[in-house]
Order: sequence, then C-alpha cells, then structure tokens
Amino acid sequence: MPAKRPLLLLAIGNPSRGDDALGPAFLERVEAEHAGAIAAGELELLTDFQLQVEHALDLVGRRRVVFVDAAVTLADPRAAFTLERAEARKDESFSSHALSPAAVLEAMRALGEPTPESWVLAIRGERFELGEGLSDAARVALSAALVAFSERLRGWRDAGAGDGA
Amino acid sequence: MSSSLEKADDPTKLRRVVIDPVSRVEGHGKVTILLDEAGKVHQVRLHIVEFRGFERFIQGRPYWEVPVMVQRLCGICPVSHHLCASKALDLVVGARRLTETAEKVRRLMHYGQMLQSHALHFFHLASPDLLFGFGSDLAKRNIVGVAAAFPELAKQGIMLRKYGQEVIRITAGKRVHGTGAIPGGVNKQVTAAERDELLAPLPQVLEWARGAVKLVADLHLSHRAEYDRFGTVPSSFLSLVGEGGKLDLYDGTLRARDHAGQILFDGVDPQDYRSQIEENVRSWSYMKFPFIGSLGPDVGWYRVGPLARIQNCDFIDTPLAEEARQQFRAAFAVPENGLVHAPLAYHWARIIELLHSAEVIERLLHDDALLGDELLAKGPRAKSGVGIIEAPRGTLIHHYEVNDQDLVTECNLIVSTTHNNQAMNETIREVARQYLDGKEPTEGLLNHVEVAIRAYDPCLSCATHALGKMPLTLEFVDPSGALVERLVRDGESL
Repeated sequence: MPAKRPLLLLAIGNPSRGDDALGPAFLERVEAEHAGAIAAGELELLTDFQLQVEHALDLVGRRRVVFVDAAVTLADPRAAFTLERAEARKDESFSSHALSPAAVLEAMRALGEPTPESWVLAIRGERFELGEGLSDAARVALSAALVAFSERLRGWRDAGAGDGA
Repeated sequence: MSSSLEKADDPTKLRRVVIDPVSRVEGHGKVTILLDEAGKVHQVRLHIVEFRGFERFIQGRPYWEVPVMVQRLCGICPVSHHLCASKALDLVVGARRLTETAEKVRRLMHYGQMLQSHALHFFHLASPDLLFGFGSDLAKRNIVGVAAAFPELAKQGIMLRKYGQEVIRITAGKRVHGTGAIPGGVNKQVTAAERDELLAPLPQVLEWARGAVKLVADLHLSHRAEYDRFGTVPSSFLSLVGEGGKLDLYDGTLRARDHAGQILFDGVDPQDYRSQIEENVRSWSYMKFPFIGSLGPDVGWYRVGPLARIQNCDFIDTPLAEEARQQFRAAFAVPENGLVHAPLAYHWARIIELLHSAEVIERLLHDDALLGDELLAKGPRAKSGVGIIEAPRGTLIHHYEVNDQDLVTECNLIVSTTHNNQAMNETIREVARQYLDGKEPTEGLLNHVEVAIRAYDPCLSCATHALGKMPLTLEFVDPSGALVERLVRDGESL
C-alpha cells in the first residue's frame, strides 16, 4: 500500500487585497516555524488565489488537509479564528467561479476519490481592498491562529498518525 | 448598433429584478432588469464593480515590480497580466526584440495559460448549461452534476487544466505568483528534463482537445435554431493578428472588422492603440466603455475574445485547429469575410483555441531554441511602453509611463472584459427581449441571462473570495423600490 502523502496546508487568498492575504501570510509563518516538518516530508504547503475544482487532485492520497482562508464572519462572533472539520457538501459555491472547501471535497467524491480528513482554519478579516496590507486585527488573529495550529499539529504527530501527519 | 433597453423612460414606475451576483463568472457583477406590470422589459443593465483603482495600485511602484504585482489583479488570468506588463516594460528597458529563447519561453507560458483557462471555462463553468439545458434543474446544473453524469468529461477538464498549470509552473517558476517574465526577457531557463516532462502527456492532451472540439460542435449543431439566435446582435470585432494574418495570441498588430466583416483598420502598432480606441464612461457603471474612435461612442462598440480572434485572422498555422476553424466557418456558411455573431459560438471558438494552444505547446517543446540560455535583451531606455496580448477573454492592454527614478507615473489598463462591456449589455438585452418579455421571471429564465454573460467568460473583478464574501441572492423590488421578496440560492434550490 503506498504511503500517504503529507498533511497539506492549502492557503487561499490574494496577497495584495488587505486581509484576504491572511491565508498566504499564514503559510509564510508556518513555513518559517515548521521548516523541520516540511523538510521531513510531514507537511506540505500550497497557496492559490482561490479554490478551484482541480485542487481536488492536490488532495488525492492524503490522510489529512487543512484549508486556510480569511473569513468575514465566524460562527462565534467574538472569535479571531476557528478550526473546524469540513465535510464534502454541495453548496452555493458550485454556482461560482471559485469553490468552497466543502465543494472541492464534494467534487472529489463525485469523481470517485476518497476524501481526506479535512479542516478549515478560518481567520477573521475585515478589510479587503486592493493595495491594502493586513489590518491590525488580522495580524493579531493570524498569530493566535498560528499558535492553535501548531498545537494541533503537535497533537496529530503525538497521536502517532504516522505518515500523512 | 446599440439597442434601446439601456435606459427606461420612467424607472420609478417599474418593477426591478436583480441577479446578484452573476454566477459562474469571475468576480462580482450584477444584472438589473426593470419590468412593468405586464412583465414587459424596459431596461437591462450589467453592472460590474471594482475595476477602478487598478491603475492607482500600480502607480508609484518601481517598474520592475510591476509584472509580479499585476498578477494580483486577477486570480483567474494572472499569467496574462504578468506577460502583458512584461511586454510593455520590455520597451522601457529598450528590449524591442527579445532573444529567441525568451520569446519562446514566454509563448509557452502564455499558451499554457490559454489552455488551462479555456478548459476551466468550458468543462466546468459552461458545460453544465450546455449539457443539461439553460433552464434545467438547478441542483444538477453545476460541475458536480457534470461529474456525476459525465465523469470522464469532468476528469478531462480537470486534467487539461492541470496540464496547463504545469506548463505555467515550469516556465514561470511557480504555479501561482510566478516570476518567470521580467522586463527584457525571462529569468528562468527550461531544462531538457522539464521539456520531456511536458512532452509525455501531450498526445493525451491533444486527443482530449480534439474530443472537446467535436463535443462543442455537436452541442451547437444539435441546438442550431436556438444557439444561432440566442442573444445574437451584430457588432464589430477587434483582436491582435500575427504575421501574414495568422492567429497569434501572444503578439501582433491590431485589426478590427465591422459587423459585415469589412476591415476597419489593420496593422496598427500596439504603441498606437489610442489612435483607434477611445474610452467612454457611463454614470451607472464603474467600468469603462471602449469604442472604435472612427465610429463614435454610440455605434463603435466591439467584441474581443475567441469569437473575434478566430474570425479576425486569415488562418491558423497549426493543422488541427485550422481544420476546426474551416469546419466552423463551413457550418455557419458565412460568405467570404462574413462573420458569425451568435454569442454562443464563443464556446466553439474557445475550444478551437484550446486545441490550437495544445498544438503550439507541442511545437514549442520540439523547438531546441526553447532550451537556450540567452534569456535577456536590452537597449536604450524609454519612458513609456504599451503591451498588448490576447488573454483568454480577449485583448488585454497595459500602458505604462516610467520616470527617471524608475517609478511608474501613469498606468492605463484596458482588460478584456472591459472591451466586451457594451457587447455583454447588448447581448443580455436581446436575451431579455427573447425570453423574459411578458413572462414572470423564474430562476430558469433568469439563468438565460447568465448563460449569455458566461458565453463571454467575463472576468468581472479580481481574486477576493474570502469565506462569506460570496452572496448569491435574487431580489424582487416593487415599483416604489420596496423589497418584495429576497431569495438566497444554494446548490439545490432557490
């Protein structure tokens, strides 16, 4: 049986659109903080402007994937970020040019591929104008999300998930 | 050639239907339709937001940053902006002619972008309408519906797109945020191993592309009466044309034909685009309305993109695509220099270009000059440069002025969708006349408006799609402006 591919951190966002840069900015921080895990082949990083159906191919053969994106609203109105499970599901994004994580998983399922354990790390953003940098609130949220993600990553490794973190 | 439904006589007495946003297109746009009590259509407008500000984003930056920064204007065609800016700034660094290797690497990158973009549009954004019907069950009319009913087709679409992205990754250095093109040339050599990596899947890519041409032709011809008439309005067409009149998506001179196919202008150097193209604004839209100056703002609007390109050129210099172009013309039985105006023919033309892109990629990969090591050219500095490229959606113009401190002082961008702004408005007005007049609007009927817009594959804005930033609503407003009903659409119901 082939080894599972590494845990994939898939960050979505445009680096030049204010807090939409939260996804790629998070990825840069992870790249610096978890260089060892990346070098050891336990963690793989990928970023794109938006999710599309072909990202389903990036998920094939993985045990686990974490989508990272800026979020305008979160279930907990006071939260700076949320890290929640995602399941394959048809949603309104099927009508759009860009897909949600759930829709990418659903496309994967429709193509007959098993879906990995999937999480969405949604980090609160508030300004999305072209040419703006991250807002102060987004920077705080990003740092908090990084701490939480690092803890979760350690937990997955300690739990002996083996290949694919 | 422009139509009446742009402005109603007395909008305050009319019922308003809003499609917001238009789905399966890039970015955020909405359509407003004003109806009277009997359901007669009085006004139809496509509103596109967020285009203003792009130029300001670029002004003040060092010119060498620009080819990378402009990719962030658009998450769907960043490579087109990357290459177009590089072409404009080639002139600023005095590289009026690139090295053979640099030009071929750039062309490879560009045709990879064309292939992946056209694959995305046809297989994933347009095929649900074409395969299931414009007014079919909304729950099925999406890529998952296609994957369930036509799994092989859905996989082909994904694999074609993936292949185009691999071409981009190898030539630009990365799948996204690439840096391959720089003013004066490229900064990355293609290795023999990389070339071989791209050559291996090419026979399959070409076979899928040929299959797609047959599929789109069959779809059009099996719905001939409806497809030929659907939203059809005559217009002029504009595109770059390559040497000898061949189809060239990377470089050339500007050619325009009027609605009857007669040449309006030809051989116009990109540096002189302003001698032929002027821009207008309307109070109700953020987007500019370009027009052919000699015809004036009322009738000077035109169309760009695949339908313009394969009809503006005299021939295609790759055999399979040329054969497909000939079949396209024969199917419509257009006379010498005559033009097909049906917006739904864009799909057919787009797939001919997809096939052409695969053939060009194959030709470039077999060209030893691609692997050369002379990557940069330079010459006397200039203060300005215009780059024009045929992006997936049509003609893309980047114009920069640079000062002695190397900073961009002026920037003018005319993106493909802006060229098609009036054309899309005219098309949806015609669709509204054909399908909505006197009827109660339903989701299925309103989707006809969206089908018409999607035929142009517009890129309405840029790449901001944070979670929760994609509202999808349909609003019904009474004559007083009060909201009567607001429906939120999801994947299964309205």
